[in-house]
Amino acid sequence: MATEVLMPALSPTMEEGTLAKWLVKEGDVVKSGQILAEIETDKATMEFEAVDEGIVGKILIAEGSAGVKVNTPILVLVEDGETVSDAPKAAAPVAEAAAPVAAPAAATPAAAPVAVVSRASADWPEGTPMKTMTVREALREAMAEEMRANPNVMLMGEEVGEYQGAYKISQGLLEEFGPKRIVDTPITEIGFTGIAVGAAWGGLNPIVEFMTFNFAMQAIDHILNSAAKTNYMSGGQLGCPIVFRGANGAAARVGAQHSQDFAAWYAAIPGLKVVMPYSAADAKGLLKQAIRDPNPVVFLENEILYGRSFEVPALEDFTIPFGKARIWREGTDVTIVSFGIGMTYALEAADQLAKEGISAEVIDLRTLRPLDYDTVLASVMKTNRCVTVEEGFPVGAIGNHLSAVIMERAFDYLDAPVINCTGKDVPMPYAANLEKLALVTTADVVAAVKSVCYR
Amino acid sequence: MAAKKAPEKSNVSKEELLKFYREMLLIRRFEEKAGQLYGMGLIGGFCHLYIGQEAVVVGLEATTKDGDKRITSYRDHGHMLACGMDAKGVMAELTGREGGYSKGKGGSMHMFSREKHFYGGHGIVGAQVPLGAGLALADKYKGNDNVTFAYFGDGAANQGQVYETYNMAELWALPVIFVIENNHYAMGTSQARSTKSETLFGRGLAYGIPGEQVDGMDVLAVKAAGEKAVAHCRAGKGPYILEMMTYRYRGHSMSDPAKYRTREEVQKMKDEKDAIEHVRDLLIGSGLSSEEDLKAIDREIKDIVNESAEFAKASPEPALSELWTDIYA
Repeated sequence: MATEVLMPALSPTMEEGTLAKWLVKEGDVVKSGQILAEIETDKATMEFEAVDEGIVGKILIAEGSAGVKVNTPILVLVEDGETVSDAPKAAAPVAEAAAPVAAPAAATPAAAPVAVVSRASADWPEGTPMKTMTVREALREAMAEEMRANPNVMLMGEEVGEYQGAYKISQGLLEEFGPKRIVDTPITEIGFTGIAVGAAWGGLNPIVEFMTFNFAMQAIDHILNSAAKTNYMSGGQLGCPIVFRGANGAAARVGAQHSQDFAAWYAAIPGLKVVMPYSAADAKGLLKQAIRDPNPVVFLENEILYGRSFEVPALEDFTIPFGKARIWREGTDVTIVSFGIGMTYALEAADQLAKEGISAEVIDLRTLRPLDYDTVLASVMKTNRCVTVEEGFPVGAIGNHLSAVIMERAFDYLDAPVINCTGKDVPMPYAANLEKLALVTTADVVAAVKSVCYR
Repeated sequence: MAAKKAPEKSNVSKEELLKFYREMLLIRRFEEKAGQLYGMGLIGGFCHLYIGQEAVVVGLEATTKDGDKRITSYRDHGHMLACGMDAKGVMAELTGREGGYSKGKGGSMHMFSREKHFYGGHGIVGAQVPLGAGLALADKYKGNDNVTFAYFGDGAANQGQVYETYNMAELWALPVIFVIENNHYAMGTSQARSTKSETLFGRGLAYGIPGEQVDGMDVLAVKAAGEKAVAHCRAGKGPYILEMMTYRYRGHSMSDPAKYRTREEVQKMKDEKDAIEHVRDLLIGSGLSSEEDLKAIDREIKDIVNESAEFAKASPEPALSELWTDIYA
């Protein structure tokens, strides 16, 4: 009986990958545990082992193919004397795979760029040439550019150097900047975070990478009590120029301890600045701004967004100021306010609503502290309705705070109560169906908008 | 390891002994005055006095050079005076006035001086240890030979982040001296009730960090040990641990009735081990100074302390607008 070998998922968030190299050829005898191929994910190049034994009957996906979806048959193993025609039908999925690309090693799989539907951004001059890049590449460029410009900028964290970054954000930085500036740490979050804060007081500009912000909980004392409060407690003597960055929020199927959005937690603390970008352009411009800021900045990234592509201005140097929301889409019937990965659902919902004749204005807050109240209030005064969208828990959410501010400052403009779309009030479940249920969805946003529009 | 004896007395000059006497006495009189102002309601909140432990910080400051850094816990008044911060500014911070080092916004536990390289003043037990190692990392990064003194108590020595820091400090050869001020009580819990470890410096050996126990009531022994540690650090050999065996005469804070130890125990330390009396005996016993000489210093110190208290009472409370300043740099 012939066996199909399928394209494997090699990380929690992997949906497709590049078949970088075959290490077997048709006719080879394969033993279980033998390396069949090298597969490149958005994070790393991984070796892919055989589980079943057999003879390689047919290679279905050519070496160098990019964008091969998980679970696509890539190879057929046959038994002695068997032919490939005995195998289950495997022709159809092959057609879905993309053609081989010229330089597979450099390819990073990415979803299609998100169209910018808003008016021209004021963040860069009109007519600026744009280039397509992933959020991951944008973050890496931001760090590399700032490290070239300022010798006191250094990066420390787990696996940032020799491993090239647990999520490949720091790929190549060790080679360019050396181990003095790209510092691999032991797994000791409170220790290395305290050291980084001390180093910032000592005159450096450290970037601390948390593999994910779940692990920053071990170090939150230094983020709050040491970094955020000392400038105030010292009467302005001891500012702390430091960036705490890493993946925040749910990835996929990693359970309750690895899936939490801390946006509202950090946004509650005076002395911190809190950034949560959605697009690659914002990720780059805001991270460069964060590294230059003389204050501690919590920079919340998202693992699922890392591989997404956006248009980024092809400028030698640009930054995006804190406290300035971006209007992604203008509308007249309702204001949808979001940030980070929540923008995915906000924008999808706006598309769907447009088809039903509801015109939604979509605002990306981009920074949560400082927060651009004026842009939100001006929009709500125009549309008279507001829905907020975020992945975090419903109690003490950013949306709660915005609702209160809108109530205080724009009560007479409201035609309906503000609705907060959030993650559900439960620890993140592991089961796929329950996880889906726990997260905020585009459907939630559509339903909330219809509710505030009385439709 | 047994506590170290003082080095040969002949190595110490009269000037140095007088300097030690003056600096330790300043701390003691300052702290006594702070206790008095606390009782009068002029100082609020927590106030942790350094009385009894003066030899530790005074002896170690004698080994520093310009650019060396220091960081400590909330029992920080002595460290500030010893590194040259102005008594008036420290006392005014205790009273929460605009003339204080933090404009009245930090208080007893949170004071800093960039100018004197004093990095606090930290209220979270043990937090100053990695912070201090970070200051050392910055010096190493910049390629100078400055060292950082990270002071903490026997209580903080049980915090996990101390050992994370030991590990990285030795791994990266950071020029940091970990000074354990072992006054035997973590608030009300004696060392014997919090650990089976016989020594605290000995834990550093597991990370490859050399260290020793020192008689922290003997300023000359402290200085000698400090010189050894500083030489190790400046030579790029990484961190060093000094476990200073010392004793606080007062409670953990002003609100501590100190029921966890006997009056006799405290009295015995005062009678037999007092750091200031020790230096006084050396000066007078060797004929270097007369009672009159020392009385003149006593008067001088008393004036400085009284002046600081007057300043701290006269300095106005911070302007209400200060509520909203210094949140961001």
